[in-house]
Amino acid sequence: MLSRTADNLFWMARHIERAENTARVLDVAHRSSLLPLDLDGSEAYLWYAPLNITGCAQGYEEKYGLARSEAVTRYMALDPENPSSIYSCLKMARENARAVRGAITSEMWEIINATWLELNRKVASDISHEQFPEFFEWVKDRSHLFRGVTLGTILKDIALSFIKLGTFLERADNTARILDVKYHILLPSVNDVGGAADYYQWGSLLKSVSAFEAYRKTYRDVISPQRVAELLILRDDMPRSLHACMNEVESALIDINGASGREARRRAGEQHADLHFGRIEDVIAQGLHEYLSRFLVQTDLLGQEIRKAYLSCRDYSEFFIQPLRSVQMQ
Amino acid sequence: MPKKTTFNEMHADDGSVREIYQQYAAWLATLPEGTLERKTAEAELLFRRLGITFAVYGEAAGSERLIPFDVVPRIFGAEEWRRLEQGIKQRVKALNAFLHDIYHDQEIIKAGIISAHQVLDNAMYRPEMQGVDLPNQVYAHIAGIDLVRVAQNDFYVLEDNLRTPSGVSYMLENRRTMMRLFPELFANHTVEPVEHYPQMLLDTLREAAPSHVSNPVIVVMTPGAYNSAYFEHAFLASQMGVELVEGQDLFVQHNKVYMHTTEGPQQVHVIYRRVDDDFLDPLAFRPDSALGVPGLLSAYCSGNVVLANGVGTGVADDKSTYLYVPDMIRFYLGEAPLLSNVPTWRLSEADDLKYVLDNLPELVVKEVQGSGGYGMLVGPTSSKAEIEAYRQRILSEPANFIAQPTLALSNCPTLVESGVAPRHVDLRPFVLSGKQVRLVPGGLTRVALTEGSLVVNSSQGGGTKDTWVLED
Repeated sequence: MLSRTADNLFWMARHIERAENTARVLDVAHRSSLLPLDLDGSEAYLWYAPLNITGCAQGYEEKYGLARSEAVTRYMALDPENPSSIYSCLKMARENARAVRGAITSEMWEIINATWLELNRKVASDISHEQFPEFFEWVKDRSHLFRGVTLGTILKDIALSFIKLGTFLERADNTARILDVKYHILLPSVNDVGGAADYYQWGSLLKSVSAFEAYRKTYRDVISPQRVAELLILRDDMPRSLHACMNEVESALIDINGASGREARRRAGEQHADLHFGRIEDVIAQGLHEYLSRFLVQTDLLGQEIRKAYLSCRDYSEFFIQPLRSVQMQ
Repeated sequence: MPKKTTFNEMHADDGSVREIYQQYAAWLATLPEGTLERKTAEAELLFRRLGITFAVYGEAAGSERLIPFDVVPRIFGAEEWRRLEQGIKQRVKALNAFLHDIYHDQEIIKAGIISAHQVLDNAMYRPEMQGVDLPNQVYAHIAGIDLVRVAQNDFYVLEDNLRTPSGVSYMLENRRTMMRLFPELFANHTVEPVEHYPQMLLDTLREAAPSHVSNPVIVVMTPGAYNSAYFEHAFLASQMGVELVEGQDLFVQHNKVYMHTTEGPQQVHVIYRRVDDDFLDPLAFRPDSALGVPGLLSAYCSGNVVLANGVGTGVADDKSTYLYVPDMIRFYLGEAPLLSNVPTWRLSEADDLKYVLDNLPELVVKEVQGSGGYGMLVGPTSSKAEIEAYRQRILSEPANFIAQPTLALSNCPTLVESGVAPRHVDLRPFVLSGKQVRLVPGGLTRVALTEGSLVVNSSQGGGTKDTWVLED
């Protein structure tokens, strides 16, 4: 497969996954804002989190200053100037798809293209603040639809592996960020375990990664921070956990199995083993924030390694045996 | 301007329906009112969803438009198509023979049929190609021959497109759309299929491969996603099951061409390139080209890779060379031309120039190297001021222009706002040359949607139609 094709497939999947995750983060912020807040500076405090999770706090502050519900929502959902807004992600996903139309199925292209056209209609019709929850649902639906169509129509070859790679690296990154940011906002209320506010707050964190029902099924008990961390980091049966994501990343890299991908496979294997054999007590003991920061750094390094091995147009000087030069004998 | 009688493809002068359209007309008469309009809206939705769009240069970046699709088909009979087909094949054979000749022994110049100046001083002549041997002696593997009809049996070749002719994806998508919209029509008409064009193209490209390669790696090369015909490039690559590459995906090492893949470098043997000569190789042609591949020309001239179409074909489809095509047919094939040229005045000749300047309001004037309907003057539909401005352009460099009489292009029924009404059409069949010359029965019919307009180019607001050749 062309390196550029692999690159576009990888980023197409990443952009769609990122759009979905941003929608999830904003959706939860919206739900939380409906709850009575007893925290100080409530609105700015609450709305800073989504900016922080998606790493666009700086861009926002330069434009708007203090975090306000309406401005944050619009900036993260629809602002074309924000490169990680849902709008920008879906736009870039379409451009990636357009560049590799031949490598994806026409059904996949139609979903991405129709999503982009529909998004533009929605933007043109002026989404009101009250309509955003519906908009977030729509973004999630389109992402689910895209994944379903992909699995239902594409040949199981390395094109699919690069799509999976993009999806799950992005998802791992996002779950780690949500957990890191939210955990620290929520921890002060840890004494209040079992209280109503606590229930909603932790519940909303779980819901943002579609893990609320999974938590109930798995633990059948009150929500405790340590279990939330365990579910989202170590449980491999939870589809958005770090462990589940790294399972997919590692197996995609093994399927691709390119000669130049040895280091990427080694790194993924290492990260995966860490999650596979890790214990939540040890994670908490070394500090959740430290643990997640390290995970994010490693994921980033893995992404760079994948890029170097497969996605960029590399320097092939070592591939070609230079023609022998004739040596002048004296 | 004297009113010329226009040939109507569906209706005879007495208003009766011509034989090949009878079945269609009978079906059309049974349609409930508003059906065609509804189907048109449906077609537009299909095209937009599939992303069959093109970019118009000069408009905001990234803007995409649909080429209007007309739901009324244009129909040819089997017999008239056979005659056309022979004429088209003959013409393309002669053009390829001409290209081989001028890049080798130049017999046609020695014979005094065409001047050395006309060939060697042509900006599209590539001296780099002199003496380069190409497989099957084919230069223009893919040719688009633009035809217009003025009477029942009277066709003219308007121009030959031997560089990177586009539009074939519309021919294929138009057919697919028609079959989806009107399945019942295809049940009661025996329309010759065109769907096998991509397979035919793949066969042609395989045949074009360097002779020492038994299983050639073929790619389609595009300038990129912002090119106006990008949809078509991607479409053809995926229909043929080959990679769609950009210049940045390729590199040259030891005169061989490779593409960057996830498995490392892979050698490429045939490049169906949709990039103009000038942009192919920054080392050989325009140094500022970011679309090309450094060293590509050298690899090509060493015979390690084949470009389709070849480099330097522009010298044969230039509007001033066009005049000599009938002579080429006589010279190389020893046959009488089956298709006629439009009578053409060369403004480099003093007599012709004088006549043309005296009659500008009645003529069509074109730039010798122009294409896409840009930069031409259609006298009868232009204002006095436009004509005067164009006159100044001609006077500044007369040799850059040719002129032709305004042809009465045939009409074909077309759905417009006021209902089904006649509009002018042309036809571009796509001709493939490998070990043999082939074409699918049909082509792209372009239609000028504005009443009375003769300009059918999509960049100038033209639309397209499905083109049917009925079986006997």
